Amino acid sequence: MLETIFDISRDERRNSQHIPEPPAPAEEIPERFLRSAPPPLPRVSELQVVRHYTRLSQLNFSVDTQFYPLGSCTMKYNPRACHVLATLPGFVNRHPFSNDDSGQGMLRCLYELQEMLGEIAGMRAVSLIPMAGAQGEFAGVAMIRAHHRARGDDARREMLVPDASHGTNPATAAMCGCTVREIPTNSDGDVDLEALRQAVGKQTAGLMLTNPSTLGVFERQVKRMAEIVHAAGGLLYYDGANLNAVAGRVRPGDMGFDAVHFNTHKTFATPHGGGGPGAGPVAVSERLAPYLPVPIVKKSIDDKGREWFSWSGEEDLPDSIGRLATFAGNVGVLLRAYVYLRMTGAEGLRRISGFATLNANYLMARLRKAGFTVAFPGRRATHEFIISLKPEADACGISALDFAKRLLEYDFHAPTIYFPSLVPECLLIEPTETETLETLDRFVEAMIAIRREAQTDPQRLQTAPHAVPIPGGGVGRLDATRAARKPDLIWKEKMSR
Amino acid sequence: MPFIPHTPADIQTMLQCIGVPEVESLFGEIPTDLRCPSLDLPPALGEMAVGRLMRDRAESDANGLCFIGAGAYEHHIPAAVWEIAGRGEFLTSYTPYQAEASQGTLRLLYEFQTMMAGLTAMDAGNASLYDGGSGLGEAVLMAARSSAHPGGKILLPATIHPHYRAVVQAMTRDQDLEVVEIPFDPVEGRIHPKTLNRFHGQKVAALVIPQPNFFGVLEEVDLLTDWAKAEGAIVVGLVNPVSLGLLKPPGLWGAQGADIACGDGQPLGIPLSSGGPYFGFLCCKQPLLRQMPGRIVGRTEDPQGNTGFILTLQAREQHIRRAKATSNICTNQGLMTVAAAIHLSLLGPEGLANTAAVCHARTKALVEKLTAIPGVTRLFSGPFFHEVALKLPKPVAPVLARLARLGIQGGYRLGQGYAQMDKALLVCATETRTEADLDLYADTLSWVLNVKEG
Repeated sequence: MLETIFDISRDERRNSQHIPEPPAPAEEIPERFLRSAPPPLPRVSELQVVRHYTRLSQLNFSVDTQFYPLGSCTMKYNPRACHVLATLPGFVNRHPFSNDDSGQGMLRCLYELQEMLGEIAGMRAVSLIPMAGAQGEFAGVAMIRAHHRARGDDARREMLVPDASHGTNPATAAMCGCTVREIPTNSDGDVDLEALRQAVGKQTAGLMLTNPSTLGVFERQVKRMAEIVHAAGGLLYYDGANLNAVAGRVRPGDMGFDAVHFNTHKTFATPHGGGGPGAGPVAVSERLAPYLPVPIVKKSIDDKGREWFSWSGEEDLPDSIGRLATFAGNVGVLLRAYVYLRMTGAEGLRRISGFATLNANYLMARLRKAGFTVAFPGRRATHEFIISLKPEADACGISALDFAKRLLEYDFHAPTIYFPSLVPECLLIEPTETETLETLDRFVEAMIAIRREAQTDPQRLQTAPHAVPIPGGGVGRLDATRAARKPDLIWKEKMSR
Repeated sequence: MPFIPHTPADIQTMLQCIGVPEVESLFGEIPTDLRCPSLDLPPALGEMAVGRLMRDRAESDANGLCFIGAGAYEHHIPAAVWEIAGRGEFLTSYTPYQAEASQGTLRLLYEFQTMMAGLTAMDAGNASLYDGGSGLGEAVLMAARSSAHPGGKILLPATIHPHYRAVVQAMTRDQDLEVVEIPFDPVEGRIHPKTLNRFHGQKVAALVIPQPNFFGVLEEVDLLTDWAKAEGAIVVGLVNPVSLGLLKPPGLWGAQGADIACGDGQPLGIPLSSGGPYFGFLCCKQPLLRQMPGRIVGRTEDPQGNTGFILTLQAREQHIRRAKATSNICTNQGLMTVAAAIHLSLLGPEGLANTAAVCHARTKALVEKLTAIPGVTRLFSGPFFHEVALKLPKPVAPVLARLARLGIQGGYRLGQGYAQMDKALLVCATETRTEADLDLYADTLSWVLNVKEG
């Protein structure tokens, strides 16, 4: 069992390389402002730090080391070129308030990224500022509210979301002061149009929709949905979480949406970093363009006829919903997305969605032939699909959680479980386009083997994982209830000896 | 497109298994009138060509010698920080939903939460927010939810970063919160505690206290905290984590301490990168724990009694509570916390304390050199940490432009965020600026101020 960094701290140890020479005492800072004891941080050597955190890294499953078919998360390979080229010294050392002369390279990339994202979305204007998908959603809903307010129609405060939507959709609507009304899904996985018709009215601010939906199918009636919502005076927001399924083939703007966010850390191969940073740029139609979050990169021509790029703020967009980031959002992440798109081009993007869809449909067909229950058997899978383990659960007394935990022992990261909650005991499986046929076949074999175990030795699943096969830090199934009942969130033992 | 591994034979095998003739057939459910023929994007480039393109652009972005702070600070980042944080296992894992397959990230986050709670003298910390500005927005919303005066005033001093105040405005606009700006004392450059007396008894939900404030000046945090607590308000401390090597942590302000501490974690090993990615941190006292936004990691056990770590208190979060969640945040700034935990471990208590003290000493030396130039004076009299507002004899904008052409990023033009401050310049010197750098800046500024316009 590994120790924490605090266990290996020693009172008298000093990592002198990283302790600057002490200056003269800061006498002009009055005593009452000062700390009376040194901050409680570990005292460890550089080698100890390097070894400790290297060992920790080895306890993670990652795309670099395992198949990671986590549905709705698009865990594809992140080309190293994107990472290396976005972190060149000229980019990473520049201060956000340095003058625009010293940022022309970065600004040109971001300007071109705005143009490319506008084209991919089929939208009129783009802001790169939101720092994650959920913040992109916030920008979208805040813009929709600003639009209604500007028309003197501020009573529109109800946001419609399908019952299978991502949790961020209703949570965002609430942060923007909206109430939320859920629209049911029919048995084919499409939104119930009749229910939508009955739900819209003078109170409708808009509709938030993911398409392909979280059920792994394309919402076929999307244009009629747009007509219904627009006719009632509402606007449509596109949650771009699943864009990897259709990028380069269908555009949210053409489907009738007014705003869309991208998850660059999903679609455009910027790494997930164990939970971020991502970026959630937003693209909007003409009528929402005045409300985009600032700043935005603008291009002008200087007196010598050269292109000049600069940040454009509130002075150019007086009706903007304002600032969502201290500076200019997650610039480093956006540069990665830029490099990726320059490497794919339009045809590459089509191939990406094509092969993401091929891999998902192949995996679905194989699992179905092996006897697993596909949630929407009459439908084509998009880049992901759902199987329900309800029959296995009923027959063997195991759960989707048990299945997922056992998969870890087969050296696969588990798919998303229990989402969307409409499908009982579900696994949401997204293989992505960068995985080989051999990997998909190995995954199918593991699924079949685990089901066999469920029939013959269900306890083997129920107690899994016994110790995840990674060196030094394997833990068995962790007690989530205990963690929540008596939260232990920081190290309280005596740190140093 | 080299990231798709399929051979022609693979494709045939897969199509046969699915029972369709070609990949395009898989898109048959998409109405034909929605399908777009082809996008107008720049042509695809190979890695070599895009490498050349990006290197050329990065080279044109040389920053020069930087004396700007204003919310983002150039610090020495030990080489080991990003060597380790950049490992693929940290870089390419997802949010640690499957705890047993994510013990590296989870254990690190537990250590990170401990370090941040320790620095701020709070009881708990979360696993990061997007940045300092949006983190303050979340802290204000959290304070409003927790306050004894729900619907009361949120007091936001004008000594807070203008962009932070703009973000708070944008994040609270649709929430029916009353955010009130508190003016500062024009002599001292900080909030005079007397200014608050007009809010006495007026149901104040929360007071935000920046330390140091945007002008680099130290606020009277003890007096301000005591005033707010007496009014029954939540106290939010907005702090620079490097300053906490030297300064009193928010949890110890006044008699009872602040309730929430937040700020931007960029100074802890994160490069400047034109503004991001950075990370926001948020810590709080025990009673507010269940109002905290974002991911929280807790320690638990497996059936054998082995210690393990897991995302916990998830009943606050959007994927469980949907519209009733404490925030919509999902993805945060995970990888940045990896760097911060490694950075803080490498520095240790003495490293952080001395870094803070050296920053202060360098800034003091810089101010002495710059105010020796005729016409350059300090704008405010209050004690400072590592930034100082100066008054120049001329408007700042052309001076900064000229300095930049000479390779010096001279500071932040306060006129951007404050009325009637066209001649005010905010300068910063961290431990990365040498004595020779300070002399060069002073000599160059002196020269620039003496050049006849024309």
